[in-house]
Amino acid sequence: MTRLSPFNVVSLTFGFVFLYLPMLILVIYSFNASKLVTVWAGFSTKWYGELLSNDAFLDAAWVTLRVAVISSTFATVLGTMAAYVLVRGGRFYGRTLFSGMIYAPLVMPEVITGLSLLLLFIGIGMDRGVLTIVLAHTTFSMCFVSVVVSSRLMTFDQSLEEAALDLGASPFEAFRLITLPIIAPAVISGWLLAFTLSLDDLVIASFTSGPSATTLPMKIWSSVRLGVSPEINALSTILIGLVTIGVIAASIASKQSALRAKRDEQAAARAQ
Amino acid sequence: MAETVFAPWDDPDEKPLIRFRNVTKRFGDFTAIDDLTLDIFAQEFFALLGPSGCGKTTMMRMLAGFEHPTSGSIELAGSDIASVPPNKRAVNMMFQSYALFPHLSVWDNIAFGLRRESSDKDAIAKRVEEMLKLTRLEKFARRKPHQISGGQRQRVALARSLAKAPKLLLLDEPLGALDAKLREATQFELMDIQEKTGTTFVIVTHDQEEAMTVASRIAVMDEGRIMQVATPDRIYEAPESVYVADFIGDVNIIEGQVKAASDGLFQLSFADGQPPVLAASETPFYDGQNAHLAVRPEKVSIHTEQPDASDNLLQGKVLDIAYLGNLSTYHVELPGGQVIKAQTANTRRLSRRSITWEDPVWISWTKTAGVLLDR
Repeated sequence: MTRLSPFNVVSLTFGFVFLYLPMLILVIYSFNASKLVTVWAGFSTKWYGELLSNDAFLDAAWVTLRVAVISSTFATVLGTMAAYVLVRGGRFYGRTLFSGMIYAPLVMPEVITGLSLLLLFIGIGMDRGVLTIVLAHTTFSMCFVSVVVSSRLMTFDQSLEEAALDLGASPFEAFRLITLPIIAPAVISGWLLAFTLSLDDLVIASFTSGPSATTLPMKIWSSVRLGVSPEINALSTILIGLVTIGVIAASIASKQSALRAKRDEQAAARAQ
Repeated sequence: MAETVFAPWDDPDEKPLIRFRNVTKRFGDFTAIDDLTLDIFAQEFFALLGPSGCGKTTMMRMLAGFEHPTSGSIELAGSDIASVPPNKRAVNMMFQSYALFPHLSVWDNIAFGLRRESSDKDAIAKRVEEMLKLTRLEKFARRKPHQISGGQRQRVALARSLAKAPKLLLLDEPLGALDAKLREATQFELMDIQEKTGTTFVIVTHDQEEAMTVASRIAVMDEGRIMQVATPDRIYEAPESVYVADFIGDVNIIEGQVKAASDGLFQLSFADGQPPVLAASETPFYDGQNAHLAVRPEKVSIHTEQPDASDNLLQGKVLDIAYLGNLSTYHVELPGGQVIKAQTANTRRLSRRSITWEDPVWISWTKTAGVLLDR
């Protein structure tokens, strides 16, 4: 273990304070007994209780979760298909244009994406609700999936697919039995990325939702405009807790798979 | 022992298993295969040999179905296979990178092809066990590809491609990733397996020693064309062109003008002030024709004292010595500046070697030692 110099200790402290102080304050005030956000009146968990009985928040959370799961699943299927064609399709006519167009939504301002989708839904006379938010989220998150999956496919040894064909697999079987299992980690991380994007999207959801559907970020945003309530703090603390648990679980899982890979390598070395 | 020699290519009644007919393959402006015609017979161990970019891999990929000829036809067992996709061909390929499926065990890798065509679990298991036994991999059946050594991976790839008992097995630089010792052992193993299974093997390689060791016949390729197809000994001893002579092994090429000497004998004048060299040739040359004499270094003898009369005797001095342990190659410079390589087996210990740098020496070879070539 190297000892940190005083300079390093100071920079580390500043960095982490900068990152985590706002969240820490939020967490602390979620346990505040007072209704006033800025006045500390003792420890209490009553806002958590009130949150659980607040149907508006629970409904919004349920809508958000449904939208995120469905849209990220659609986005993963479409994004993986797009990535596969763009990486494997060879030099078909207009390929450069297509790959440029797949990546364009990455840098497109969300306001424009939201507005254009709104105009489309009005134009075709679609009632705005959960379905339109799902469609909108699928649209903007599939390009993120496509980027993640295509970067994996580019390093994928194509002779594996050829070997599968050579051994009698149909092109679809080769994809299902060989390509997909091997690129699965990239597909899963694409799904997680799409899920996260959908979960915290405010702008596009605001454009494409209707009176029947409100997502959690929209609900938080609109409540905050009427003043920050300790309930919001409690809700945010729960979200932070969930994300923290997710990150820790993911890092434990990846550490274990690294350990397993190391054991395998040692077994291989012994076998030689 | 009156064993019949395996030489279906000499039998006019024999039907070839594979027939390339005027096959041309272009990638854009680049011609990879140029009007190529070739027959490969059943149970052959056929080597496609050539430098990188000569089209040998393209030929193999056309046989596997990953590339299609621009013109011409490829027949397998008498029927055109142009329209048959790779997954419907009775041809299997062993990839250069082995292309083992990393997420499947050795057992499942070998079973992959069998499962595509049959759902009979017992028959598949039986065949996989057979393949594991053939390639001595029984102990590793449950391992994943990254848990076994390079040589074992190579055997898994072979077992996987042989499992479906293909009519034709294609091997793309199969031993390229192995170290020299393992490669040599594996070459004999390959030949053994080829003999046991009776499968036709087509191997692509740029390693001439590998081709010489394993193949029944070798096709030497250059720039999409076949320069010569013959048995390894014919390729080595009777090359048809300077390219083939030069590509396989080490060779001295002496260029000069021919003059007929007597029946089947020719004199080649190659430099002013040097006596012409004498060479026998079955192909006729006219007087004054430009020709090349190809003589292998091991057929040139080197002497410290002038030997008794020989067909060809030249004097020079030692310019360089390449010591390879078992052999030494002497580069002998003639007065005119030409360098002739002579090779001797080091039957004596190094300390007792009698020839060293700058020594005046005589080199000699017989009139039948070399091949006279017009191109």
